[in-house]
Amino acid sequence: MTKDVRLQGGEPEQAPEKGTPEKGTLGEALRSQGVSRRSFMKFCATTASMMALPPSMIPLVANALEKAKRPSVIWLSFQECTGCTESLTRAHTSTVESLIFDSISLDYHHTLQAASGAAAEAAREAAMEENHGNYLLVVDGSIPLDNPGYSTIAGISNLDMLKESAKGAAAIIAVGTCATYGGIPHAKPNPTGAVSVNEIIKDKPIINVPGCPPIPVVITGVLAHYLTFGSIPELDHIGRPKVFYGQSIHDRCYRRPFYDKGQFAETFDDEGAKKGWCLYKLGCKGPTTYNACATTKWNNGTSFPIESGHPCIGCSEPDFWDGGGFYKALSLPTEDLSKTAVYTAAGAAVAGVAISALNRAKKNTSNKIHIKTTIDDLRK
Amino acid sequence: MTEIELLSWARGPGLQIATIIFVAGVVIRIFEILLLGRKANLAEAKGAEMSNGLKTMVTRTIPDPTTFKRSSVTIVSGYIFHIGLFVVCFLSAPHILFLKDIIGFGWPSAPTAVIDAFAVVTIIAMLATLINRLTNKVMRYLTNFEDLLTWFLTFLPLVTGYIAFHRIGLTAPSLLAVHILSVELLLVIFPFTKLMHAFTLFIARWYNGAISGYRGVAS
Amino acid sequence: MNQANVPQFNIHVGTELTWNVKPILHEIRHALEKLLNSGESSMIDLRSIPLAPGEEETIINTLGRGEVHARLDVLGPSEVYETQFAGVWLVTHYNENDSIVSRFIEVTEMPDVLKSQPEDVAHSLDELVTELGTEET
Repeated sequence: MTKDVRLQGGEPEQAPEKGTPEKGTLGEALRSQGVSRRSFMKFCATTASMMALPPSMIPLVANALEKAKRPSVIWLSFQECTGCTESLTRAHTSTVESLIFDSISLDYHHTLQAASGAAAEAAREAAMEENHGNYLLVVDGSIPLDNPGYSTIAGISNLDMLKESAKGAAAIIAVGTCATYGGIPHAKPNPTGAVSVNEIIKDKPIINVPGCPPIPVVITGVLAHYLTFGSIPELDHIGRPKVFYGQSIHDRCYRRPFYDKGQFAETFDDEGAKKGWCLYKLGCKGPTTYNACATTKWNNGTSFPIESGHPCIGCSEPDFWDGGGFYKALSLPTEDLSKTAVYTAAGAAVAGVAISALNRAKKNTSNKIHIKTTIDDLRK
Repeated sequence: MTEIELLSWARGPGLQIATIIFVAGVVIRIFEILLLGRKANLAEAKGAEMSNGLKTMVTRTIPDPTTFKRSSVTIVSGYIFHIGLFVVCFLSAPHILFLKDIIGFGWPSAPTAVIDAFAVVTIIAMLATLINRLTNKVMRYLTNFEDLLTWFLTFLPLVTGYIAFHRIGLTAPSLLAVHILSVELLLVIFPFTKLMHAFTLFIARWYNGAISGYRGVAS
Repeated sequence: MNQANVPQFNIHVGTELTWNVKPILHEIRHALEKLLNSGESSMIDLRSIPLAPGEEETIINTLGRGEVHARLDVLGPSEVYETQFAGVWLVTHYNENDSIVSRFIEVTEMPDVLKSQPEDVAHSLDELVTELGTEET
């Protein structure tokens, strides 16, 4: 299906056929798929909203997206549960976000692609060579260091594949807590020696998009940012885009007024829980977790864990699996303190008695050797 | 070490170590005081020992007029920050949860706005005591390193708690870890300083009341 | 999945939970003033402000419905209607599965998305010319 494309003031160009991965601009790609300008406006407005940009920036987004080049994207999946890809493909069912995917050229995704085996790997290598220095590398899953054989794709270890693929990448997006901080494989005792992407690659810009899984709109928002501005968004001290991870859940939680008033749910089915009171006492990690769950929410703004009655588990923070138990409130000690206190007190009591006996003995000796001063001593 | 790892250490092994040193130190010192015993008083008792001792434990709460005139700043700011610390430590919801985990029961908490207000007042009162200590000629003469150390050890958890709650400066997990670590520091040094007055205060008051009561004089 | 089919648990819903309802309504008021005085349009992204369950409904119910209601078919359905307050429009974009992907309150004479776009008009002109050309021959 070819159409004559006349962009504003430009020459009519022969648009490529639909289905051919063209490397033209995004504007051309969309028009060639029969997307009207009006549809493009809806797309830009939604994308700007997804990137948490103010509506006044929509024209800027439209302008940038119209001219944006379609980057080649290579997606590598390592030691992961595929939850991040699942999260993203749930986003894929919606028209607008699927356009983000049509607007990138997903040249390799071993879970989603139809090809496999040597042909698929050859395609990956070809894409990397063709776009050397310009392609986006997306990684989910951690990398095992103890034994490269623990996780391989087509016989290539994760470590080797990551290092090789990172060489020609313009930027790396680590998706999910496994790729950003090690995730569940990294939890005690870390039997595979799992590490995150940023512990291996030190010479490329890395955007961390943590979460277990990350909110789909956050993943596409980061991709959209790269598409629109061609650069990585502003990152916090552990590499997360500030625009999505700049606020703690606690500061944006709609149940915060209950926390402030001291109204807490004590168990999962008591009156407080039914009334939607704060879940701090049930172990909510909201105060120490930075993510967009409380504002952006999940499933296109349907809800998020706290709204559904479950305390936040802190899944976008490093080492959240070893963070002291999901149902243990933040102010509680992670180990049994009362036992320690009682045993110590008992032991100390015994020690106290023993030390006091020594003290008394010392006192008695001092009294015994005490020589009374007489008037003669004073006269001397 | 990541932030959450530090926080988990503070909440786990850190608290264990601090509890052991604190409990052992306090118990041993109190046992030492009580078991040293007193010399037998061979004079005839002119009044009751125990009842006067118990009474004095309470009546010493009110300072006598002369002492008050001489050290009014110390006494007033001292009372304010002690009451403030009591409210902040024992009436804030996360702290009550913590204590409930150790002693088995809790009690109702105060709203965060109230705790916040008390925290600010306490910080101001503690700063007043420090300034008084450094500007008053007599206080300055008496002040030594331990006095400043104990002031600092008490001030740090208060201020770090306030900062952690309002999330100023660093990110939340680090701020919370710093607050818990500052409490652990306080606990570890506590038994070796004059902060033991928290426990020995009542023993001292009883003793004063007892020996006065034995001699039949007011205390 | 349609919003209406999602079971709503008896979570206590109040009007003052995030205290964002009144400020948003006042922001609309200011925008309307600006539209009247200088003709300048404004747009509020409802997804950018934290709202408790039920608060978005409160805002929309307060705005009510006016005289114009348009349904668009642009990469999935979109709904545009003027609220009972002239100049205040609610634009809701849905995806193919009828889930909301974005929602804006536009304070303007006519939301841009309703107007025919110059690029589309240019394209249509070409198509019509082609259509008429083939008819003649």
